[in-house]
Amino acid sequence: MIPAKFDYIKASSLGEALTLLQEHGDEAKILSGGHSLIPSMKLRLATPSVLIDIGGISEMNTITEEGDEIVIGANCTHHQIATSDLVREHVNILSQAALCIGDIQVRNRGTLGGSLAHADPASDYPATVLACEATIVAEGKDGKRTIGANDFFQALFLTALQDDEIITAIRFPKVSQGTYQKFFQSASRFAVVGVAAIKKGDGVQIGVTGVSGVPFRATAVENAYDGTSSAAKHAMDGVDDIISDHFADEEYRSHLARVYVKRALEAL
Amino acid sequence: MNISITINGKLVTHDIEPRISLSHFLREHLDLTGTHIGCDTSGCGACTVTLDGQAVKSCTVLAVQADGSEVTTIEGMAQGDQMHPIQEAFREHHGLQCGFCTPGMVMTAADILKNNPNPTEEEIRHGLEGNFCRCTGYHNIVKSIQHAAEQMKA
Repeated sequence: MIPAKFDYIKASSLGEALTLLQEHGDEAKILSGGHSLIPSMKLRLATPSVLIDIGGISEMNTITEEGDEIVIGANCTHHQIATSDLVREHVNILSQAALCIGDIQVRNRGTLGGSLAHADPASDYPATVLACEATIVAEGKDGKRTIGANDFFQALFLTALQDDEIITAIRFPKVSQGTYQKFFQSASRFAVVGVAAIKKGDGVQIGVTGVSGVPFRATAVENAYDGTSSAAKHAMDGVDDIISDHFADEEYRSHLARVYVKRALEAL
Repeated sequence: MNISITINGKLVTHDIEPRISLSHFLREHLDLTGTHIGCDTSGCGACTVTLDGQAVKSCTVLAVQADGSEVTTIEGMAQGDQMHPIQEAFREHHGLQCGFCTPGMVMTAADILKNNPNPTEEEIRHGLEGNFCRCTGYHNIVKSIQHAAEQMKA
C-alpha cells in the first residue's frame, strides 16, 4: 500500500517546524516516529498534503532532570524512555508503560509526543500522564504554553493542541512509587485496559486508558481509597462512553477495568 | 526528492517520491528482495531491517526519513561466504519453515542480542512480539537465537 501523494519537508529546528506549520495550516501533519500516521495514510484514513518531519530536531530528543521534574523531549522514543536511567529512577511507572508499547521495532521509532498528540484511546501513555499529573509543553504561533494532563485529552483522537501547535516536551513530577498494569490486546499489543497508579502521600492517583473514548482519572477510587484494594469496585463509577469492540464489550471491559485497578492497588 | 542512504555499507543515492516506504524502496528500487512485506502496516515484522543499528519495520519508515542514515538488510548480514552467527544458528536449529518471516526474525534477533547479549528464553520471546511466524515455528526460532547468543559470546 502506498499513501496518497504529499510533499515532505524535513524541519531542522523547532522554529522552522512552527513556521512551516503556520504556512501550511491544516493541510499539514507533523511526522515524528510515524508509527500511527504512516499506517493511517496507507489506509487513506489520513491524507495530509504536506508532512513536516520533526524527527531530526535534536533539541526535542533529550531527557533531563529539572528540580522535582523529569523533562522528556517530545521526540524521545519509547525505547529511549524505557531504558533511560533518569526515567527508571524517578518516574519508573513511565518506563514500565513505555516497555508495554507494541514491540521492539515500534518502540525504536514511536515517540512520546507523537503518541500523545495522536491520542489513540487504546494507547498506553495517557494513563501514566494522568496519574502523574504530568504537563504537556506545546509551542505555537502565540508562543509556549503548558497544558495540564486533565485538560489535554478531550475526545476520541482529540486533544487540547491547536492546529498551529507542536508538543515539545512532557514534564513529569518525580514519583516515588507507581505501577502500570495492562491487559494487552493479544494481536496489536494495544491496551484493552491500562491502569497507572501512583502513591501520593496517604492517597493514590489513578489514570485509566483503553476503557473510554477519553482516558480518565479514577477519582471515585481515589476518594474511596483506604489503603487496601477494596476501592477498586468504584473504578467505573460515573464513566460513560465505554469502548465496545470485538475484543471486549462494555460489560467485559468494565469488569477488566475494575480487575486491573485492583491489581494496580495491590501492586503499589 | 534526492536521498542518500548507506545500505549494507554502500552509499546509495536515489531520486524518490516521498510516499515510498523504505521497504518498497529496498525491494523495488534496489532489488534487495530479502526484506519481505507481509502486513505492510507495522504488525507482522517481516520487513524488519536495522536503521542506524536499531530494528525497525521498514514498511512504516518512509525512505526519505532514512536519508543520511545507515540501513542493514538481511543481505548485509553475511560477510562474503561467511553467514552471520544468527543466520548460521537458524540453519543449525531449523529456525525456519516456509522462510517468509525469517529475514525479519534475524534482523530483530540482532537488535535483541545487541541490547542483551545474554537473554533468557522469556526475554527472547518478549523481544519477538513484533514478528509473526505463520508456520508457528517459534520454538526453533527461539532456540536459534539462544544458540546464536552463545556463539556470539564465544
